[in-house]
Amino acid sequence: MTPIEGKDYSLAELCIAACAEAFRGDGEILASGMGLVPRLGAGLAKLTFSPDLLLNDGECTLVSEPIPPGPRGSYQPQVEGWLPFRAVFDLLWGGRRHCMNTPTQLDRFGQQNISLIGDPDQPKVQLLGVRGIPGNSINHPSSFFIPNHGKRTLVEEVDMVSGVGYDPDRWKPGMNADLMELRRCITNLAVLDWGGPDHQMRVISLHPGVRFEDVQEATSFPLAQIDGLGETAGPDAESLRILRDVLDVNNLRATVFPEK
Amino acid sequence: MDKRMTATDVVGRLSDGMTIGVGGWGARRKPMALVRELVRSDLKDLTIVAYGGPDVGMLCAAGKVSRLIFGFVSLDLIPLDAHFRAARQSGSMKNIMELDEGMLQWGLRAAALRLPFLPTRAGLATDVETRNSELKTVTSPYEDGEVLMAMPALKLDAALCHVDHCDERGNGQILGPDPYFDDLFCAAAEQRFVSCEKILPTAEMTAAGPVQSMVLNRTLVDGVIEAPFGAHPTSCVPKYGIDVDHLKVYSAAAKQEGGFADYVNSFVSIDPDAYLEAVGGADKVGAIPAPVF
Repeated sequence: MTPIEGKDYSLAELCIAACAEAFRGDGEILASGMGLVPRLGAGLAKLTFSPDLLLNDGECTLVSEPIPPGPRGSYQPQVEGWLPFRAVFDLLWGGRRHCMNTPTQLDRFGQQNISLIGDPDQPKVQLLGVRGIPGNSINHPSSFFIPNHGKRTLVEEVDMVSGVGYDPDRWKPGMNADLMELRRCITNLAVLDWGGPDHQMRVISLHPGVRFEDVQEATSFPLAQIDGLGETAGPDAESLRILRDVLDVNNLRATVFPEK
Repeated sequence: MDKRMTATDVVGRLSDGMTIGVGGWGARRKPMALVRELVRSDLKDLTIVAYGGPDVGMLCAAGKVSRLIFGFVSLDLIPLDAHFRAARQSGSMKNIMELDEGMLQWGLRAAALRLPFLPTRAGLATDVETRNSELKTVTSPYEDGEVLMAMPALKLDAALCHVDHCDERGNGQILGPDPYFDDLFCAAAEQRFVSCEKILPTAEMTAAGPVQSMVLNRTLVDGVIEAPFGAHPTSCVPKYGIDVDHLKVYSAAAKQEGGFADYVNSFVSIDPDAYLEAVGGADKVGAIPAPVF
């Protein structure tokens, strides 16, 4: 693991801390971090500033402390409840959840695609299908982690809108767009939200050494920026200790960004 | 009533063009012994409804599926099913209804309750709405006037599920921690066929787990089929986990010309005892640990 120049943490650790920030203030809801970095982010939020968050094990139990990813050794998950898939749907349609995942494509309005690439009738690449993303995204807050910020991921138009966003053309009169919220998008370059004009994407902080122009260059659509755009806050000493000694004892975070 | 039958009997009760729901979830507790029987059969033009795993991939590769209604197809520990991908990417599987996972549940529930539809927000403002022209919206008749997705009932001609135990009258027990939606698949179907690890006398079954494990009551079941390790290569925890090594063999078969035919020769066109031997035997499969996610 190589630290960012002038810092005592790596890019992966910075991203995990920024993912954790997305869950700040969420209270007693299920924090679903899909994939390693969002999962560690949700766990870090729980062990620091959002202790009331609920976590699950990816199967059907709620756990009262984050399970370290990778080999568990003698670690026993601390079960606090039962959450089979049928209860997950009830919980998320009721809005008591915040999900963070890694979409294959994302547009300016936060519409995400995890289903396929290319022509939906004969895709170039068939991916998972929409899974629960349509119901998630319209019912509770969503955030994203994108490890490869580039024009193939942040696209002008996604090939299949799997999750709702703020595109006004998609919302017909009478549909309820008040229950959805796109919170944060953490990438390898910056942190963004949807506070730009008409809820379009906006850069709210830049990772160390990254300029706004670099982020814009890697994005297929124009980006707004927050007034007084500054550097993404890194993990403090206590967060780093928790991350390294408790949350990710197998150091799987070292695999997120391959070393050159 | 004695509802015991064989997998061959099940296929005899099915016909071309039927809509068949398959229980389980991804690579978990799929009725694979029954699916292999479908692959061996002459049945064709099936509409398959599933939270898909290798059941969907295998039936697609075998050319059995004319329409697929799904929320996802995944092998869980292997994210994507190679055979499903091949069918989609070659253009041979265009007739699909791609749904949100919760919408699929809602469609089954509507069918189970004999309702024409159930309302939901899931699917609105996405391409699930635009790409499925048969989906319509409904306006709340109350003051709010909200426009909602009217998820139509997904009526099944038949449902296939796999559970731990059944009695011969059709009560079914699931010892794993998640019943998935097997009860809904059965309740949404005209004919319901449930394979199980073992058929037990009722009292012995109810003694084998808490009363909440008795997920299927006998109004939901028309036929029970004893099929030890009948979910393999998917999991049936606590008895056995997902056989990732076998799923790799299965997946590799999509990568080469004639690969699936070879797979069928090795693992499908054989009887259940030979199958169990071919995948390593009861001791080996029984020792596969539960998956860790």
